[in-house]
Amino acid sequence: MLSFRGGIHPPGMKDLVNGRAIESMPLVPLYRVLLQQHIGAPARPVVKAGDVVRKGQVLSEPQGFVSASVHAPTSGKVRGVEECIHPVTGLASPCVVIEADGEDTWVEGLPSELDPFSMEGSELVSMVRSSGIVGMGGATFPTHVKLSPPKDKPIDAFIINGVECEPYLAADHRLMLEEPLRVISGARVVMRILGLSDAVMAIEANKPDAVDVMRREVPGSIRVEVLGVKYPQGAEKQLIKAVLGREVPSGGLPMDVGALVHNAGTCAAIWDACSSGIPLIERVTSVTGSGIREPKNIRVRIGTPLRDVIEFCGGVEEDAVKVIFGGPMMGIAQYSMDVSVTKGTSGVLVLGSRDVDRSSYTSCISCGRCVDACPMGLLPNVLSKLGERSMWEEALSFNLMDCIECGSCAYVCPARRPIVHFIKHMKALSREASAKKRQAV
Amino acid sequence: MSEGILVSSSPHIRSPEDIGWIMRQVIYALIPGAAVGVYFFGVPAFNVVWVSVVSCIVVEALIQRLMGRPITIRDGSAAVTGLLLAMNLPPGAPWWLVVIGALVAIGLGKQVYGGLGNNPFNPALTARVFLLISFPVEMTTWLVPRPLLVHSADAVTGATPLGAIKTAVFMHGSLASVGHVSIMDLFMGNVGGSLGEVSALALIVGGAYLIYRRIISWHIPVFYIGTVFVMTGIFWLINPGVYANPVFHVFSGGLMLGAFFMATDLVTSPVTVMGKVIFAIGCGVITVVIRLWGGYPEGVSFSILIMNAFVPLINRGTRPVVFGAAR
Ligand code: SF4
Ligand code: SF4
Repeated sequence: MLSFRGGIHPPGMKDLVNGRAIESMPLVPLYRVLLQQHIGAPARPVVKAGDVVRKGQVLSEPQGFVSASVHAPTSGKVRGVEECIHPVTGLASPCVVIEADGEDTWVEGLPSELDPFSMEGSELVSMVRSSGIVGMGGATFPTHVKLSPPKDKPIDAFIINGVECEPYLAADHRLMLEEPLRVISGARVVMRILGLSDAVMAIEANKPDAVDVMRREVPGSIRVEVLGVKYPQGAEKQLIKAVLGREVPSGGLPMDVGALVHNAGTCAAIWDACSSGIPLIERVTSVTGSGIREPKNIRVRIGTPLRDVIEFCGGVEEDAVKVIFGGPMMGIAQYSMDVSVTKGTSGVLVLGSRDVDRSSYTSCISCGRCVDACPMGLLPNVLSKLGERSMWEEALSFNLMDCIECGSCAYVCPARRPIVHFIKHMKALSREASAKKRQAV
Repeated sequence: MSEGILVSSSPHIRSPEDIGWIMRQVIYALIPGAAVGVYFFGVPAFNVVWVSVVSCIVVEALIQRLMGRPITIRDGSAAVTGLLLAMNLPPGAPWWLVVIGALVAIGLGKQVYGGLGNNPFNPALTARVFLLISFPVEMTTWLVPRPLLVHSADAVTGATPLGAIKTAVFMHGSLASVGHVSIMDLFMGNVGGSLGEVSALALIVGGAYLIYRRIISWHIPVFYIGTVFVMTGIFWLINPGVYANPVFHVFSGGLMLGAFFMATDLVTSPVTVMGKVIFAIGCGVITVVIRLWGGYPEGVSFSILIMNAFVPLINRGTRPVVFGAAR
């Protein structure tokens, strides 16, 4: 079966939710829609306190090309543009707070009837752009940017990423099972935009039912490829390597090897945008883990507070100790119940104390497990030792910046070294230093 | 929520295989080899084993206590060192020799460098070589193996097979005077030698377990033993009158113990596959050179310690190919 070098086999833990149909979460009284839900320049708010907004209405304008707008998840009144805790950075970040009126009325003109297959590629891209779509696997890179490759980097291969290799999560799995046509049609829109006659849908072998459904539903132009179960099979570079045999160069982008990857959820959002003009205001996410009473897959509005999500899923168990946005390998631990769901929230994972290893770390014992596990061919043992001493300059020569922060190294480390923590710390130091250098020039 | 929310960096789950788990597997894997030693050498061997394990644990705890470091005897690494040290000592070693060995292994071999993970040399081998140089008589007094049930009151001493051929070649210039050594005895352990090195079979079983559990990879034992086999084979073909045959070399002395358990020490061996192969071949070559031409009959300990010193260099020279690196 197709796969890549390195990687690990953590327990899947998917059966907590992968058999549960997606439930739509009812409206809540208050939404906090963060303005920065994407990689790139922040968006500028275009509403102010007291404004009445409708569902789907634009709340912010993107600043520059690599940026994305956000939209009202429901109708109601703007309480203001306030500072909220950002679930990714953990810092205060501006967000539009909306008091829902409970009517959930659409903004004028939505949803509309469009036929994307009679539209021009550029029109479709601007639909995607104005709908605020970003990579929904968690990377949150603005989708329209990926759909606008520069002339000298033609795309000849498109992969629909249905791998969902993070343990526990099953949101993409359920989406592919229950709404295969949204995913497939979105993928066909992408193919139209890029003028491609074929595409590959990649699914990990642990989702045989999704493979069956997709094999039944896809048109002849899309080939369903089953991949071996290994983490991080869904990481963009590893996926391209497994499916196409191409290696994205160090420091490069998929387009450098003519490849484009979109997550299954992103494809569904592209379909909504291009077929009915509906912007990205909700997503499917898995709420799971041993610490949550009723694990569920939910369709949740962007901006829904974590507190409400947890409540909708029966609340937390007595021994719950950790709440994570995303999966257990790359997700981010939350310290406040006031954070809200973003476009990149692929899961809400609540771990109980038995799932969490709290032992402190020791010296590296040079076992080499991290080296075998690293899908990028790095030396995580060396990086972690350098990280302990904040020696980021030295770490650059050990390809610090090639690390995809997949966590495989730290997962296998018997000395329990927080390798990814050290790496993130050094990356931040290095970025800080180059920002300073730029200022000085 | 019970004890408040935990906030720490990803990943949020860890493999259950921590250092303690690894050390437990190594102990399980060493038990067959140690058991055969006790079977053939009786009560004195049993005493060496427990005195060594207990002393290593006590010495580790004491040193860490004195230096104000956290006491880590529960990770099992001191017990592993103790067991390995016992297996590298003559089965009739006096108790004080064992205790000095433990002091050297844990003190000079491990704690002076800052504890587990920071030591460049294998602690048990450091102690063995220290004792060999300081107490040559005690370290080369070998009990003659007798199965447990027929053990007599007074122990009889003799030579190891490697010692016998070294003496023969030194005294007479040929192997002609050496009595026949059965490969079967070498395989089962019915020969003189260090407590835990005598039975190739038991060591292979334990080593196979470690490979199966992915504690060690097969590269070091296979390339180490393979190198010894090929090199001694070449010299045996050239002059079988002076050089013993390769099968004898592979199954005698400390090679199996060294190749499966000492050269594979995680801390003191290279991290990449390529590095491990280079390291293992180096161990093999040095072992053969010492066995055939050196002053000692056996070269496994020295060869591994010498190669330990090269590990940083080997690691530097065998960096893995980075994904997407220009080729
Ligand atoms: S070093 Fe980076 S890329 Fe390699 S395993 Fe660790 S987190 Fe993943
Ligand atoms: S897995 Fe941990 S202990 Fe092993 S080499 Fe890597 S950092 Fe060191």
